[in-house]
Amino acid sequence: MKGKVKSAMLGIALLGAASGALAQSEQFIPALSYRVGPYAAGGSGYFGGAIDYFNLVNLTGGINGVKLVWEECETEYNAARGVECYERLKTRHGGASTVEPLSTGIAYGLLDRVEKDKIPMTTFGYGSANAADGSVFKWVFPIGTTYWDQAAAMIAYIGQKAGGVDKLKGKKILHLYHDSAYGKEPIPVFEALAAKYGFEFMKIAVAHPGNTQQSQWLQIRQANPDFVILWGWGVMNPTAIKTAAKVGFPRDRIIGTWWAGSEEDVIPAGDAAKGYVSAAFSAGGTSFPVMQAIVNKVYGAGKGNLEDKSRIGSLYHTRGVSYGIIIVEAIRTAQAKFGKGKVMTPEQVRWGLENLNLTEARLKEIGAAGLFPPIKTSCADHEGSGMVRFQQWDGKEFKALTPFMIGDRALVNKMVHESAAKYAAEKKITPRDCAKEM
Amino acid sequence: MTFFLEVLISGLLSGIMYSLVALGFVLIYKASGVFNFAQGAMVFFAALTFVGVMELGLSPWLAFPVTLVVMIVLGLVTERFVLRPLVNQPQITLFMATIGLSFFIEGLAQMTWGAEVRGLDIGLEDLPIQWLSDRFGMSISKFDLAAAGIAAILVATLALFFNRTRIGRALRAVADDHQAALAVGIPLQQIWGIVWGVAGFVALVAGLLWGARNGVQFALTFVALKALPVLILGGFESIPGAIVGGLIVGASEKLAEVYLGPSVGGGIEGWFPYILALLFLLVRPEGLFGEKIIRRI
Amino acid sequence: MFYREAGQFKASYIEDSAIFPLRQDRIGIAVILAVAFAVVPFVATPYLFSAILIPFLILALAAIGLNILTGYCGQLSLGSAAFMAIGAFASYNFMLRVPGMPILVAFAGGGLIAAAVGILFGLPSLRIRGFYLAVATLAAQFFIVWCLSKVGWFSNYSSSGVITAQEINILGYVFDTPVEKYMLVLTIVAVMALAAKNLARSNIGRSWMAVRDMDVAAEVIGIRPMRTKLLAFAISSFYCGVAGALFAYAYLGTVEPEAYNLDLSFRILFMIIIGGVGTVLGSFLGSAFIALLPVFLSVFVEVLGSTLGLDVSKSLTSNLELMVFGGLIILFLIVEPHGLARLWQIVKEKLRLWPFPH
Repeated sequence: MKGKVKSAMLGIALLGAASGALAQSEQFIPALSYRVGPYAAGGSGYFGGAIDYFNLVNLTGGINGVKLVWEECETEYNAARGVECYERLKTRHGGASTVEPLSTGIAYGLLDRVEKDKIPMTTFGYGSANAADGSVFKWVFPIGTTYWDQAAAMIAYIGQKAGGVDKLKGKKILHLYHDSAYGKEPIPVFEALAAKYGFEFMKIAVAHPGNTQQSQWLQIRQANPDFVILWGWGVMNPTAIKTAAKVGFPRDRIIGTWWAGSEEDVIPAGDAAKGYVSAAFSAGGTSFPVMQAIVNKVYGAGKGNLEDKSRIGSLYHTRGVSYGIIIVEAIRTAQAKFGKGKVMTPEQVRWGLENLNLTEARLKEIGAAGLFPPIKTSCADHEGSGMVRFQQWDGKEFKALTPFMIGDRALVNKMVHESAAKYAAEKKITPRDCAKEM
Repeated sequence: MTFFLEVLISGLLSGIMYSLVALGFVLIYKASGVFNFAQGAMVFFAALTFVGVMELGLSPWLAFPVTLVVMIVLGLVTERFVLRPLVNQPQITLFMATIGLSFFIEGLAQMTWGAEVRGLDIGLEDLPIQWLSDRFGMSISKFDLAAAGIAAILVATLALFFNRTRIGRALRAVADDHQAALAVGIPLQQIWGIVWGVAGFVALVAGLLWGARNGVQFALTFVALKALPVLILGGFESIPGAIVGGLIVGASEKLAEVYLGPSVGGGIEGWFPYILALLFLLVRPEGLFGEKIIRRI
Repeated sequence: MFYREAGQFKASYIEDSAIFPLRQDRIGIAVILAVAFAVVPFVATPYLFSAILIPFLILALAAIGLNILTGYCGQLSLGSAAFMAIGAFASYNFMLRVPGMPILVAFAGGGLIAAAVGILFGLPSLRIRGFYLAVATLAAQFFIVWCLSKVGWFSNYSSSGVITAQEINILGYVFDTPVEKYMLVLTIVAVMALAAKNLARSNIGRSWMAVRDMDVAAEVIGIRPMRTKLLAFAISSFYCGVAGALFAYAYLGTVEPEAYNLDLSFRILFMIIIGGVGTVLGSFLGSAFIALLPVFLSVFVEVLGSTLGLDVSKSLTSNLELMVFGGLIILFLIVEPHGLARLWQIVKEKLRLWPFPH
């Protein structure tokens, strides 16, 4: 039996070596996707969207002639499987340009590894917010927006509805959260904002998986807050919406996070979800020219990744497309500096991610104006935007309530730098001097 | 006081939902001594098949028997290809085999019907009953009451089936002593086939109710975790135990979350039933209605 | 022919109860250790180290821990991952709060804390048996993970409740590259595996087995069940705790309590059932099977797809992998319910006679 195991390992080793030896002529992007298990619906939509966009880029001539190539590896949303996938794929096709695990647990497992391997990692709309400080986290890009900015934007939105942030005084805001790293992440921001604006902040935890919530919602009805922030994940979201209906809490006073704001989160709740509001870091729908191009060129050529065509333009799908656009634009930015039409090294892609300037005009050229907000990153700011928009479910689709908007970014930035400094001290990292990088 | 009652009642009603899942465990454990961890996966598979068949254009009244047939076939196949070859193995081996089975069923379900999350409307509104909330200020949902009713009917039917029919008596004989049952001419494998079929039926009912409430998605498999403390409280072999255990777990976990939760940071529903069951077991090691084990040398 | 004990006489009781009584076994273990220490570091790729070998060894260590409890002492536990979490978080706090703490001491300290908690959760085993106990250990699983994520002190008030492992520095030497981490993990695992093997044949090990086979009878012949069972819980949790600390320090780096979830507990239980209950060798074989099989399947499907030129959707293959994984587990249990270690036993019997059938 030992022999068998060893030969199997040898086989795996050989396989890794063989595919690593291929000459580098294409830009390689590993896709640590998950298409089975509890979160398969999200994983297949998201990575389907990214791959659809990569296909579109290749069909229209690549990035200045450089074709993209990608490989998928099933992580099952499990940290150990994800690490194995990353290690397996990172040397293929001449080396991975960048990695996106779409899982907090896997992202933590890769944190030290990407630093050592010098491969930039994006955490698009999740992960630890302090990674936005690029002087400490050189290789990590929570690009677009983070949980902390989302929390600040939510308060800004509530302030807007109340008629100005000064009206928040005396309001009651309740944070109903998934009892995990994810759900606890924004609490410091809410607490700081509560102190600043004078609203009352309450929090109630829901144990994983959150498939019964009567006790929490009875407590909420008892407390009668002005707004409930639903920081949920997976089955917890539809259950929360349904239980809110059951205790008679109005759904338009529930504000979900973006991970509680996709079709998958509201459809199971049926009619109860009508009027429910959620945050979003990208828009949904197929009206954008880039989405039209994907429908016509990619799906028209039979190369589409989604099996269920009705999911084209769903929020997870457009999130994936947005991720694809950001990565492609970062590579384009890098090419502009290091040589057009060349394959970029991970280090150069990192530079591209750090010097990304996706203006409104550029987004329009790509056909993605309004799909996600403009992003301008720098050494000190790996996030680059922090904008969030709010949308409302009308029973059929999410309708935009606000344009992309921003919360108290100054406060969030201050907290990001403090938290990053604490991390740097603990890990004995000397932060880069961003003034010199300019 | 109203609030206390409301929490209590909603807890009891969600306890009934746990009992429904626990019933499937009890049936199989009683008849074959297998702790069937795949029950959660079966619940998921049943609900997904029901919705999938409906998407193919069948009406709910047709989809139900079709799904039932699928579930019974699944049960029979499991009995034939997983449990029969493992007869007389230690319980832990059988338990592990059912975890393997749950991987298989999960993969099969999502491969056949896709990973999308679906809604399921079985025509029961999950909204508070108006006159109750007007009269007493309590919101009790119609859906929960209906679910409780269905569970009651199910238990009554199963009890009748076990006590009044020939097959039921044979089942009880098998549960008491496999070898003695075999000796008096009860076809063991046939009985096990029937039990797995019935467990499939219970999984379907639980799947429809849970699916209507939470949506038909992978998370339905997690309901099995809610059923485990119910089982040890009530005893692995007892159908009334599953019901009473479910009520205790449901009520106590909701009360604990509301009255105890805030002082320790909340989110205690995940472990509270287990600790409760653990403390309970220290007093009565075989559960509420479990069979007393007498050990001899 | 080669594996035959003829001619090896044992002159004393000590020789007879040696840890490896046969010369062939001694040579075999020496060869395996030599290969693992002296050959593998030079031939394996970084991928093999950091994605395959390190997790394989760490999980094997946890499996040994569970095997002590379940395999030798007969107490079924579904909470091993929680004890791993305790080991990791305790080691982290030792390193963080005690200045100049040597990391190996911190690992051992993590193991000891896990052992203390293990004793606490082992107390019910004095009254509860079988599946009732198994489900009761789930209380440990859920409660401990909840506690670690709830109490900020454990994660040094990190806003998201994760811990970041400090660097591994032993006497000024930093274990940083995959090979170095592999060597460290291998050394710890080898020492602890030999210790476990040794323990199993000692007075303690034999009293565990007596309790496992029939606790009432064991009590009658004068084995104190409380001491024996609790000791098994303590030592098992110690092993799990060290494994958990290694899991954080040598493998994942930054972990959240959720990484030690029920799923991991089940995987470890699988390892000992598939590998063989009550054998140290089985823990390694089972760990190889459960940790490597999904990887192997996914690589296999990938290679199959590319050689046949099939363009099958990833959803299909991912689900198929899961089904085959489940199916293979069932198949192995049916074919060899006593685990892979028993297969090895059978091979040894055959080798004894080979090449002559009688």
